[in-house]
Amino acid sequence: MFRYILWRILTMIPTLLIISALVFVIIELPPGDFFESHVAELRALGETADLAEIEMLKERYGFDKPMIVRYAHWLGGMLVGDFGYSFEYRLPVNEVVGDRLWLTILVSVVTIAFTWMIAFPIGIYSATHQYSWGDYGLTFVGMIGIAVPNFILALVMMYLANVWFGTSIGHLMDREYFNQPMSWEKFVSILEHLWIPVLIIGTAGTAAMIRRLRANLLDELKKQYVITARSKGLKPRKVLLKYPLRMALNFFISDIGSILPAVISGAEVTAIVLSLETTGPMLIKALQSQDMYLAGSFLMFLAFLTVIGVLVSDIALAILDPRIRFGAGRHR
Amino acid sequence: MKSPLPESGAPLEHYVSEAAYDPTSIENDAAVAGPMAHASQMQLMWWYFRQHKLALVSGIFLLLVYLSILFSEFLAPYNLHTRHTESIYAPPISVHFTRDGSLVRPYVYGQTMTLDMTTLRRNYTDNLDDIQPLRFFCRGDSYKFWSLIETNFHLICPATDGQLFLLGTDRLGRDVLSRTIYGARISLTIGIFGVLLSFVLGIVIGGIAGYRGGVFDMLVQRITEVLQSIPSIPLWMALATIIPLTWSPLLVYVGITVILSLLDWTGLARAVRSKLLSLREEDYVVAAELLGASSKRVIGRHLVPGFMSHLIASATLTVPAMILGETALSFLGIGLRPPITSWGILLTEARSINIIALYPWLLFPVVPVILVILAFNFLGDGLRDAADPYK
Repeated sequence: MFRYILWRILTMIPTLLIISALVFVIIELPPGDFFESHVAELRALGETADLAEIEMLKERYGFDKPMIVRYAHWLGGMLVGDFGYSFEYRLPVNEVVGDRLWLTILVSVVTIAFTWMIAFPIGIYSATHQYSWGDYGLTFVGMIGIAVPNFILALVMMYLANVWFGTSIGHLMDREYFNQPMSWEKFVSILEHLWIPVLIIGTAGTAAMIRRLRANLLDELKKQYVITARSKGLKPRKVLLKYPLRMALNFFISDIGSILPAVISGAEVTAIVLSLETTGPMLIKALQSQDMYLAGSFLMFLAFLTVIGVLVSDIALAILDPRIRFGAGRHR
Repeated sequence: MKSPLPESGAPLEHYVSEAAYDPTSIENDAAVAGPMAHASQMQLMWWYFRQHKLALVSGIFLLLVYLSILFSEFLAPYNLHTRHTESIYAPPISVHFTRDGSLVRPYVYGQTMTLDMTTLRRNYTDNLDDIQPLRFFCRGDSYKFWSLIETNFHLICPATDGQLFLLGTDRLGRDVLSRTIYGARISLTIGIFGVLLSFVLGIVIGGIAGYRGGVFDMLVQRITEVLQSIPSIPLWMALATIIPLTWSPLLVYVGITVILSLLDWTGLARAVRSKLLSLREEDYVVAAELLGASSKRVIGRHLVPGFMSHLIASATLTVPAMILGETALSFLGIGLRPPITSWGILLTEARSINIIALYPWLLFPVVPVILVILAFNFLGDGLRDAADPYK
């Protein structure tokens, strides 16, 4: 078990290296750099740019050096917790990002918990009552959840929440708690606002998970051991709980690897529409103004979050399923 | 009365059929054989697919929608950029079929606009005296059909000097229905072209990986794993900002298509690879090799038909993701740009919450988005179930 976890953590390293290279190439690709667009912007406003400061920053971040050197520099910095410098905010990236990372994690984790709580009972119901009206109805609602774009759902929910409940529009907390240290009141305010984004981001993932859980459970229910168990007189409920459900549970945990990227993707778009205090709105601004280290750190962070999520689900799976625990070390 | 069972311990009766042995008895038995036994794979797939009613309906719906993009100009009452400055933010109007209790030619009432001077809102009211019967197969805005033939023929037009905004107008007084019909062109083709591109990438890369194996296979495996683990929308966002602002709308369209497909080939490559690996061990492939078929023939004649149906099914299921991706990117302002009109672009009109409160009809383009995505999902499900008729 210990060996498996160690091996699993070690395989994360090449994955993260490939991701970091990919992210770096992508943020380097747009023609020009932040300073060029910044100077042009200042000129357009009729102001003079502080060229000395820009030169200093350019030199410090090695804009004259070849790409591979800058990549090594960036990577080396990240290893010791220095994510570079945000040119737009004129602050180290760490300080700009601040709470946003934690709020992103909070939103993602709560969304996944919500997804599980909804998807699990519905998936079991749909599989055990295949082709019933309930199954059709729930499948249909789920498909609608997949088909409606997140941002439209966000807009409509925001409107309805405002009309029906009077919740302030957008944001993850009431205005007075912006840039405040965490306190009980702030926490409560976050909780009050959290349900809208969670509901919006969760819909698509929940629907997809219900469909996959239903399909998996149906496959399991058709197998011979279930028929044997039924024919020797076990109650349907007990058969279900004792065997197929346990098998489906494995899938349930491994599925986190496929819903986490979707949840994070959805969270970004939703966050931009709702102007949540998560990474989304800042990421798109950074991308547009070519604030490359800020954008790169965000992308890296989102990828890291997914990789960690998959790691956790793999380890949980290994604890649950002895076949993986014993088979993995030799096979892979 | 004799019991059907023999006495306890007594030997069972021995039965021998008197009829002559017929080696083709099973093939000729109508109850077993039937048309099923002689049907080709395509026929079997079609029969299975036909049973999936929802998939069938979805397939027909998609066919109609894709046909409609050939005739957008004809189907839309107005042109894409026709502006009606006197009716800005006009709400949808209803079509009436009866007058004084009797059925008449469908008509709409003319609209009178009054400006509320305190809120500066335009209020539209039916002018009951101004009856405007609709015209069908009529002359309206002129356009160049397929950029070839100059004509002004439309399916439906307003009365002469009348107006017909079945789904209202936007902030420039453009007809929302017409724009939605035109928007289908971009939104639907971007999904198809994107899938075609990722299809090619997936087959080539997955095929080589599955057939060659070795280092290349391992490399492809790792890259697919990484690409699948990165959240797609942030990556799409990052890639979309690479497209320079100076590009022409058409180039942007191509660029977005490429970006959407760049991340989506991984699933297909994986499917191709695993299918190739499993099919290579099948008896019929071994038999073909033993009969001396070249590897080109084995791949072309025996392997590709074996997994093509699966591939088409999984490709169908990736189209919705691309359509949604385009919509989201355009909505965020980093995808397509006007004057190109897609459903995502149309939805950017409804970006703020005030608009939703005041002019909810601007959200209409979301209806075709939902319908098309549902249809692709159902169709993909049906195809996937039918893809393997021998199971």
